[in-house]
Amino acid sequence: MRLSRALPHQLHLIAMLALTLAAGGAAAQGKTQLLVYTALETDQLKAYQEGFNKAYPDIDLKWVRDSTGVITAKLLAEKANPQADAVMGVAASSLALLDKNGMLEAYKPLNLDAIMSTYRDKKNPPAWFGMDVWGATVCFNTVEAAKKGIPKPETWKDLTKPVYKGQVVMPNPASSGTGFFDVTAWLTLWGDDNGKGGGWKYMDALHENIGQYTHSGSKPCNMAAAGEYVVGISFEYRGNANKAKGAPIDLVFPKEGLGWDLEAFAIHKGTKKLDAAKKLADWASSKDAMLLYGKNFAITAQPGVAAPLANVPKDYEARLVKMDFNVAADSRERVLAEWNKRYSAKSEPKK
Amino acid sequence: MSMALVPARRHTDPSERVAHAGLALLVALLLLFLAAPLGAILKQALEDASGRFVGLANFIAYARTPALLDSLHNSLWVSALVTAITLPLAFAFAYALQRSRMRCKPLFRGITLLPLLAPSLLSAISLIYWFGNQGLLKDAMQATGIAQIYGAPGIVLAECFAVFPHALMILITALSAADGRLYEAAEAMGTKTWRRFCTITLPGAKYGLISAALVSFTLVMTDFGIPKVIGGNFNVLATDVFKLVIGQQDFQRGAVVALLLLAPAVLTFGVDRLIASKQTAMLTARALPYRPKASAWRDGLATGYCALVAALVLAMIAMAVFASFASFWPYNLSPTLKHYTMGLVDAEVGEAFVNSLKMAAGTALFGTALVFIGAYLLEKTQGADPLRSAARLLAMLPMAVPGLVLGLGYIFFFNAPTNPLGGLYHSMALLTLCTIVHFYTTGHLTAVTALKALDAEFEAVSASLKVPFWVTFRRVTLPICSPALVDIARYFFINAMTTISAVVFLYSPETKVAAIAILNLDEAGEMGAAAACAVLITAASSLAMLAFMGLAWMVDRKTQAWRH
Amino acid sequence: MTEQPYLQFEGIAKQFGSFTALKGVDLAIPKGEFVCFLGPSGCGKTTLLRIVAGLETQSAGRIRQAGRDISQLPPAQRDYGIVFQSYALFPNLSAADNVAYGLVNRRSPKAQIRERVTELLGLVGLPGSESRLPAQLSGGQQQRIALARALATSPGLLLLDEPLSALDAIVRVKLRDEIKSLQRRLGVTTVMVTHDQEEALAMADRIVVMNHGAIEQVGTPMQVYREPATAFVADFVGRVNALPATLLAGGGIQLGPSRFEGPHAGPAGRDVTVYLRPEDVLAGPLRPGDSNVFEACIEKIEFLGSYCLVQVASPALGEQRLSVTLSPNFLSEQGLRLGSRLPLRLLPERMRIFA
Repeated sequence: MRLSRALPHQLHLIAMLALTLAAGGAAAQGKTQLLVYTALETDQLKAYQEGFNKAYPDIDLKWVRDSTGVITAKLLAEKANPQADAVMGVAASSLALLDKNGMLEAYKPLNLDAIMSTYRDKKNPPAWFGMDVWGATVCFNTVEAAKKGIPKPETWKDLTKPVYKGQVVMPNPASSGTGFFDVTAWLTLWGDDNGKGGGWKYMDALHENIGQYTHSGSKPCNMAAAGEYVVGISFEYRGNANKAKGAPIDLVFPKEGLGWDLEAFAIHKGTKKLDAAKKLADWASSKDAMLLYGKNFAITAQPGVAAPLANVPKDYEARLVKMDFNVAADSRERVLAEWNKRYSAKSEPKK
Repeated sequence: MSMALVPARRHTDPSERVAHAGLALLVALLLLFLAAPLGAILKQALEDASGRFVGLANFIAYARTPALLDSLHNSLWVSALVTAITLPLAFAFAYALQRSRMRCKPLFRGITLLPLLAPSLLSAISLIYWFGNQGLLKDAMQATGIAQIYGAPGIVLAECFAVFPHALMILITALSAADGRLYEAAEAMGTKTWRRFCTITLPGAKYGLISAALVSFTLVMTDFGIPKVIGGNFNVLATDVFKLVIGQQDFQRGAVVALLLLAPAVLTFGVDRLIASKQTAMLTARALPYRPKASAWRDGLATGYCALVAALVLAMIAMAVFASFASFWPYNLSPTLKHYTMGLVDAEVGEAFVNSLKMAAGTALFGTALVFIGAYLLEKTQGADPLRSAARLLAMLPMAVPGLVLGLGYIFFFNAPTNPLGGLYHSMALLTLCTIVHFYTTGHLTAVTALKALDAEFEAVSASLKVPFWVTFRRVTLPICSPALVDIARYFFINAMTTISAVVFLYSPETKVAAIAILNLDEAGEMGAAAACAVLITAASSLAMLAFMGLAWMVDRKTQAWRH
Repeated sequence: MTEQPYLQFEGIAKQFGSFTALKGVDLAIPKGEFVCFLGPSGCGKTTLLRIVAGLETQSAGRIRQAGRDISQLPPAQRDYGIVFQSYALFPNLSAADNVAYGLVNRRSPKAQIRERVTELLGLVGLPGSESRLPAQLSGGQQQRIALARALATSPGLLLLDEPLSALDAIVRVKLRDEIKSLQRRLGVTTVMVTHDQEEALAMADRIVVMNHGAIEQVGTPMQVYREPATAFVADFVGRVNALPATLLAGGGIQLGPSRFEGPHAGPAGRDVTVYLRPEDVLAGPLRPGDSNVFEACIEKIEFLGSYCLVQVASPALGEQRLSVTLSPNFLSEQGLRLGSRLPLRLLPERMRIFA
């Protein structure tokens, strides 16, 4: 028997009291409130929120922020009892997965036509659309490397060389979208073949050199910037920001090709605030928003908007690996399970 | 003469009915906010993802996953190692405090209890700055053969710092109950110092040692913050629970791990109850307090040792403070307030801090009231025996439940779609209630001890004079017990400020507390801001500690005048 | 006309699990009487008191107070004042506040309360101590405050649970008198529990001697002392010689090798114990023709101040030793010391015989 039905009647009184307490803490303002699930960096959220409120001051945005993997898992877990109104700044590979689960509300935002066809859901109207691209970048600490006599890597394969042993950090693909697109890119480059492909062989070799798998995509670059490790596999926004702060790092873009994903937007199906969510969608697709994204990322979904980032090469887009979000979504669970099986415990080799 | 057989039950009068209603409310609250969540965990562990009962299938699947079994093994040996290291160190320190005539005892004691005012992961953050790859003493560490601080070495070292004060407090109490006459008698018989130590001191502290060992073991086993920050890829049960439940939303296996975490705590609890019943009173009414004799070399040794330990603790805290002011470790060590201001603003740490204060205040206020009234009803009223036994059991249960397990239970129980109290989920009220329940038992025991010190017949006198018990509660019980009330409130407040384990599952963006903010900052790699936040919490706790001490002094003057 | 007793116990029994604390106690106490429950530890006297107070619930039986059946009533609905062994004074309240505790709740005007407190403090011999705290008072003074507090509401019944046992000997004797005279003055029915038989003998109008949950004897102090109803009472109250003997035909008793005159006729041949108080062994002037005279030798002299307890041996008694009360004056007059011989007489009418 469900526990809830066993509760005696008097407890509803307590529930009332408790809810009153809770209501006191919860916002009960006159404005509409949108609960938005996001994986955007905390330092970006504020700017986007302000930009949105300039256009629509009567809609309050409440963010639920966590790394891509966690947010995706959370959304999936809440499928039967959805909480989110909209999903903003979450990897397109994840949104494709949500769409397969029938969780997204298709909608054609105002500025959709300006968005490149590769950077949006192919359907009409689309279930999701892209905001900006974020892609792989390796942060390389020149000072520490000089101390240890470690050469600058040029390719992914370079990183499997013994000289980098224990000096490389990358994000855990189960929790981080950055980590996930790295894995997807390697599997695309060298083959998946259900666990037998060259991509997995590469990751086996890389695993030998990994010092730690971190929870978030930013942490590897932050650790490289602080000299904690020499090589941090991260993404371009973080690399650029750290270098601008004066960290002694070089940004490396491995020659074989760069993994990437789209930070994308979607309205959650079943939201009770559809109008407000649509307004958010409109703004998120607008040129104003794209300009904001462009401050942080080299490539926005609307082309020609982003000014080039200081430390990112101009042909960045060309270096991106071919990416099919639906394929990535389909194989996500299997790939993560295989990855966990192989690399989940970075422990001493069994003697 | 007629012998009328009347049933033993007699009428309860209205004031007794009030007492019984109060007890019923207490039991209901504890059932709802303690037993039900635990039941929800058990339920999850026995069901599959779609809610069907699958018996022990999840447990078997767990046992078949080598990575998860590795975590179990890791947790066990790390906990054992920390206990083995900390116990003798803490014992020596307690011995120096209680059994020597060294000077500056309050200072040493105060410094070593400082880590209690900080979130446990402060030591982890600090260790990264000391021994991380850019750490000050990294080379010295590597010379001893430890390759890097991330992983087991870091966890063990950080936990030693975090657990030391807990063990110390228990051992100080154990060693303070010494009957001076035993030592005098032994000396009169010409017993050597070492033999005195082995035959009088150690056995007398036996139960304290066992208790401290168990508490240390359980604390390390169930701590979440430290392995998260400095554990690297070394997996332990506590981080597994988090990864399974939050990271992968795998509630079933998460529940299994949670039950595994419950085991050592329940064991500790059981052994502790056993010990408590066997503890013979060391201090009877006729015992003389033990006064250690002056001994220059012993006092010198004690002072040296304590100074060393105190210096280590200070070094640990000082590093975190230093790092919080360093612009860009390790390349730019010029002082800046950037981590405090930017961290506070950007990462919403300021708001998180206010939330921490709100939660701590709520916990202190409501927790103390609930604990004290509950203890009073249990100890000083009669009747409703089944309700009473249930309340007693439930009041002791929280001690056996680690914070992680409790928080997890709350998710399962309060986030279930059919739960009418689901509206509480993600609210500050639920966070506060969870924290109150988490730390309930110690508060309860403190209250019970204070109440037991009162004459057992106050309530009987009150009844004979036709004064309802709540009047006596207000006029006599509360004033006399007010020092204990301040103690309980302080305990709740400080722990609410620094706790992570339970709240990490329950917070929402609006109710994020400062300790969680540290975790988020660490996850993002913002070590400077994380250090700043940890320092802030420690500072706030220290201020609160001073405030409570001031309050205690005021309360003492106002209500305890009759003692002097 | 038989008056309805003020306090009446009917078949009061109490079980604690498998332990029987009280076995069907019947007792009637008239109004204004000072009754002592006397007995060794564990005899059930305190349990009985607490049952009257409603602090324990009887397993069976009824209690009536002033005709009203109070067996089912909670303490707050009964009419009594109680003084505990620990006094249970509220330590953070002044003496006046303690005494006024039961009065304040009745919403009487403050002036009236103050008057009553002054009156009560005067009654217990502590005038002017209104503002003292219990910690500032001596044991005896605290006891009196506790008494004043219990009497403040003019209860119909006063219950005292070993009120004097925490005090030293001199204070105890003084307070004994004071409590007794206070009780007489107020006329309040009082039940006191004590294990000190001297206290009971001095204070009580009637003593209830209890043992193992049952009443052994109810009687005035004189009755209980001089006419103990059972061997236990004879043994417990005061000192006594317990002499194993055999009954003989015609009212005689066989004590060791000798025959003595007994108090009354009884079935011959039965083995009994003869109880005789030390003061009922005469050493003074003996008249010719007195029965039960024999010669004894002094083995031990225990000097107890106003009298000596002398242990004697006699071939007439065989191996049996006898304790005799002799005054120090007598001993010195007669020149008696260890080893001296003297004639003694066992007073037959003072012997109590129990099987």
